[in-house]
Amino acid sequence: MYDSLHPKSAHRPIGAMSARAVLSSALGPNGSSHIQTLRSDGPLVLRKSNPKGSEPLTHRRPDVARVALAAGTAGPLGGDDYALDVQVGAGSTMVLQEVSAMLILPGLEGAKSQMSITVRVEAGATFVWLAEPIIAAHRCNHRHDVRVALASDARMISREETLLGRHGEPAGDLTSRLRVTRDGAPLYDQQVAFGPARDGWNGAAVLDRNRAVGSVIAVDPGWTEAPPPAHPYHETAALTPLAGPGVAIGAVATDSLSLRRLLMRGVNELGPPWAI
Amino acid sequence: MERQAALLLLADGRLPAGGYAHSGGLEPAITAKRVTDVAGLENFLIGRAETAGLIAAAFAAAACIRAVRDDFSDLAVLEAELDARAPSPELRKVSRDLGRQLRRAMSSIHPHPFFAALGDAPHQPIVMGVAAAVMGLGPRDAALAILHENNSGAAAAAAKLMRVDPFDVHAILARMTKRLDALSVRAAAAADGPPADLPSPGAPLSDIAAEHHRRRDVRLFAS
Repeated sequence: MYDSLHPKSAHRPIGAMSARAVLSSALGPNGSSHIQTLRSDGPLVLRKSNPKGSEPLTHRRPDVARVALAAGTAGPLGGDDYALDVQVGAGSTMVLQEVSAMLILPGLEGAKSQMSITVRVEAGATFVWLAEPIIAAHRCNHRHDVRVALASDARMISREETLLGRHGEPAGDLTSRLRVTRDGAPLYDQQVAFGPARDGWNGAAVLDRNRAVGSVIAVDPGWTEAPPPAHPYHETAALTPLAGPGVAIGAVATDSLSLRRLLMRGVNELGPPWAI
Repeated sequence: MERQAALLLLADGRLPAGGYAHSGGLEPAITAKRVTDVAGLENFLIGRAETAGLIAAAFAAAACIRAVRDDFSDLAVLEAELDARAPSPELRKVSRDLGRQLRRAMSSIHPHPFFAALGDAPHQPIVMGVAAAVMGLGPRDAALAILHENNSGAAAAAAKLMRVDPFDVHAILARMTKRLDALSVRAAAAADGPPADLPSPGAPLSDIAAEHHRRRDVRLFAS
């Protein structure tokens, strides 16, 4: 809906949008998962979908709930405030895909845009989330915040990719935080931040001159005793076990395609049922 | 009167707490040819201070506040939050090794029952926060001590790893003093809130390079 009709704050530019989409899955009596709630809102369009290609954990399985997130409009633009709430109900399996990359654009007067995603994965549930890249266009000012709360016996794999501007343009300002908790305890919490408002991110400690950064987080309660060992499989990519039953695959690359290849190579290092 | 001399003692690289054996990720960055000159060194140090430095500072300040209040009830939460902010198992181990060594040094230099209360292998920022408290310092001091110790330690390693004029290296440190002051203020401001809200800026290449470094046969520094 348009906030110009219902202004929340005098500081948000005219035409700024706020949207809140809701998605949930449940396990049916026949043992297959289905979508229970599918509430799109303005720019956040949710649709039932079919497999886009190979999937870790759920490849060719017909009994899982598949949903695609599509963009109903351009953006987010500066001033926009998007939220997506996802609940993966007990015992169910949800695959969340995206139709295309999300291009973050500047708004009027440099206003900040934000997107907040909260995910709850309940007991015995599985969440497979293969997001497409977020592109921080020149002069954008965006905060992306993702919180995933897992039950102690939930499984998940999530991929996030961030590009520092479109081809040939300098990056805008972006912070992107992913926090994963398991049974309420922290498992992974990392924020990536870059752009002209900050320093040092283009240095050797953080991203160097790379234009793409991403990670895959995989969590499996079966890894409590023996998590997969650390493996720096490329000069700019490594698979690392977390302090709990999960791994982080981190990579930086010069472009989107190389980043995707590095991340999926890391996923394949995990072997079946993760490898694709 | 403010305890300024105690702060200088804690932040001094000559404190016998094992810091000299580490380059703060500089050696891995030089080996990977990502740092080749003085400008690259400065941008490396700034990026490190803004990420791992801010995290260490915030957790040191948070531990300091808890020690000042004599309330370690959420110490395990702090440790777990710090683990969650370090994807590289090698960097988690380095932090705990340095924490153990700092605790051993402080337990001898300035004994206090708090040090034994920190468990088997506390992270370095947690020990630094507690050390600051028992020396009569506050959370901002704890943050500044670990920021300065880590930054000057990495800068000192530069002289052994690359051809640089030591005056150029110290010029970088001088330019960074305002930045470390500002980071310590941010760290102390975050320290009193819930541990989940402590800052978590990541440094992907530092994590990746640390894992490569551990597997290398020839290296001058442990990390």
